[in-house]
Amino acid sequence: MQPIVSISNLSKTYASGFQALKEVNLDIQPGEILALLGPNGAGKTTLISIICGIVNASSGSVTVGGHNIDTDYRITRSMIGLVPQELTLGAFEKVWNTVSFSRGLFGKKPNSDYLQKLLKDLSLWDKKDSMLMALSGGMKRRVLIGKALAHEPMILFLDEPTAGVDVELRKDMWALVQRLRESGVTIILTTHYIEEAEAIADRVGVINKGELLLVDDKQALMHKLGKRQLVIELEAELTNLPEALAPWSLESSEEGAQLIYTYDPHKTNTGINGLLQAVSEAGLLIKDVNTTKTSLEEIFVSLVNTK
Amino acid sequence: MNTQAIKVIYKYEMMRAWETLAQSFASPVISTVLYFVVFGTAIGSRIESVDGVSYGAFIVPGLMMLALLTQSIANASFGIYLPKFTGTIYEILSAPISFVEIVIGYVGAAATKSFIIGLIILFTAGLFVPLEIAHPIWMLSFLILTCISFSLFGFIIGLWASNFEKLQLIPLLVVTPLVFLGGSFYSVSMLPPAWQTVTLFNPVVYLISGFRWSFFEVADVSVGLSLAMILVFLCICLIIVWWMFKTGYRLRQ
Repeated sequence: MQPIVSISNLSKTYASGFQALKEVNLDIQPGEILALLGPNGAGKTTLISIICGIVNASSGSVTVGGHNIDTDYRITRSMIGLVPQELTLGAFEKVWNTVSFSRGLFGKKPNSDYLQKLLKDLSLWDKKDSMLMALSGGMKRRVLIGKALAHEPMILFLDEPTAGVDVELRKDMWALVQRLRESGVTIILTTHYIEEAEAIADRVGVINKGELLLVDDKQALMHKLGKRQLVIELEAELTNLPEALAPWSLESSEEGAQLIYTYDPHKTNTGINGLLQAVSEAGLLIKDVNTTKTSLEEIFVSLVNTK
Repeated sequence: MNTQAIKVIYKYEMMRAWETLAQSFASPVISTVLYFVVFGTAIGSRIESVDGVSYGAFIVPGLMMLALLTQSIANASFGIYLPKFTGTIYEILSAPISFVEIVIGYVGAAATKSFIIGLIILFTAGLFVPLEIAHPIWMLSFLILTCISFSLFGFIIGLWASNFEKLQLIPLLVVTPLVFLGGSFYSVSMLPPAWQTVTLFNPVVYLISGFRWSFFEVADVSVGLSLAMILVFLCICLIIVWWMFKTGYRLRQ
């Protein structure tokens, strides 16, 4: 399938000399939800700003729907909607006017039926005549989404959509993203909330210091890099680990009251049976046993720290 | 061409003016009337005529120019600086529009506002002094060209300014002195010969002279030269705006 967005060797160095992006290559498939994960200053906003036409690239190229973003900018930009990170809205405009403005700006003729449905979907219909400055932060965020969707884009960029948003609204936002995807919109969101990527993304890209460290299917990523841990809670604290347990490279915590064994769940022999037998033979009494799964957050932290 | 975009930008900018009617239209008209009362009535009563035109009538074109220049610059610079300041410029930059459409929308709206202000001032001046316009078509041409040129200049200032202080800097330190010293309230021929030569380096002299000629057929420099100077200024502004958008200067980093 031809990617809807294709990024080749994209680099950006700002006038200050700061290199925000280093030779980034990425293909985004139509209809998917891609989460770009990275700490503050990683280059996420710069990347989407270049694709949307807000920032000029230093080198490299981007195509959207097969069209170059520089030479065919009218086509590419009309395919894209952008929800910025900051709550950048005028103060004295009305919700209806600002959404209508956005639609016109992207060259679409007025369509009050579409805008009415959009505002209803975003639970903003009863606020259509309200001044923007009178809205809460969450509502302003929804107005920004409304503005981005006003021209019926095929691709939606959400730059940290749930930054500073309460849990309830965050869940609403995730549901909205799912609905949009079902309607065929490709969604690229940047976030530094791992749980967000874990909850809604199909693929995850990890970006740090301007480099795209990896892009993979979320499940595959967790499968590939995800480790499990077996935590054995002992009746008594251990001062020294018995020699017989050395082959399992155990870690101990809680001042020796817990033994932690990290294993690969996809191996045929995980070593758990042998470990439990060795623990029993060493005369240690087990109080409790449980297993934990590596979260995307731990995968992310380990990637960012090692590269 | 994305005509819908031009339409919404223009409409949005005009709506901003109607919502702040007192600030947009009443304020420049009142301040011009005050100039008119002070200069035209108080000082004018002691000056019989300049080049055969009563002083009260003589200063009308200059006062109109003063208002047009300052308002064109203020409207256009604020119009584009405000979205830069609030961050809403992201939407303009990410929209499928060329710089020509952006300029037509913003500069067109700013020039329209100045044009309306100019007409209101002209009408108000007519209440104080008898006014006859010798060349109405030329008068309107000068009026429109000045509104467009200086709105473009204001647009450049708005793009260039990185804070509110810079937004005020050029209008206050450059434009206002040039207008006051450009023959708004006097004829260049009233100055000592040396200063007459210095004045010719002031581009506003050509604007006011041409505009005044369209009213009274009295000019400090030839009308053709006045027209040429406005057109040159217009072209320079267009080239600068084109360059700013092409390079992304202070817009696309």
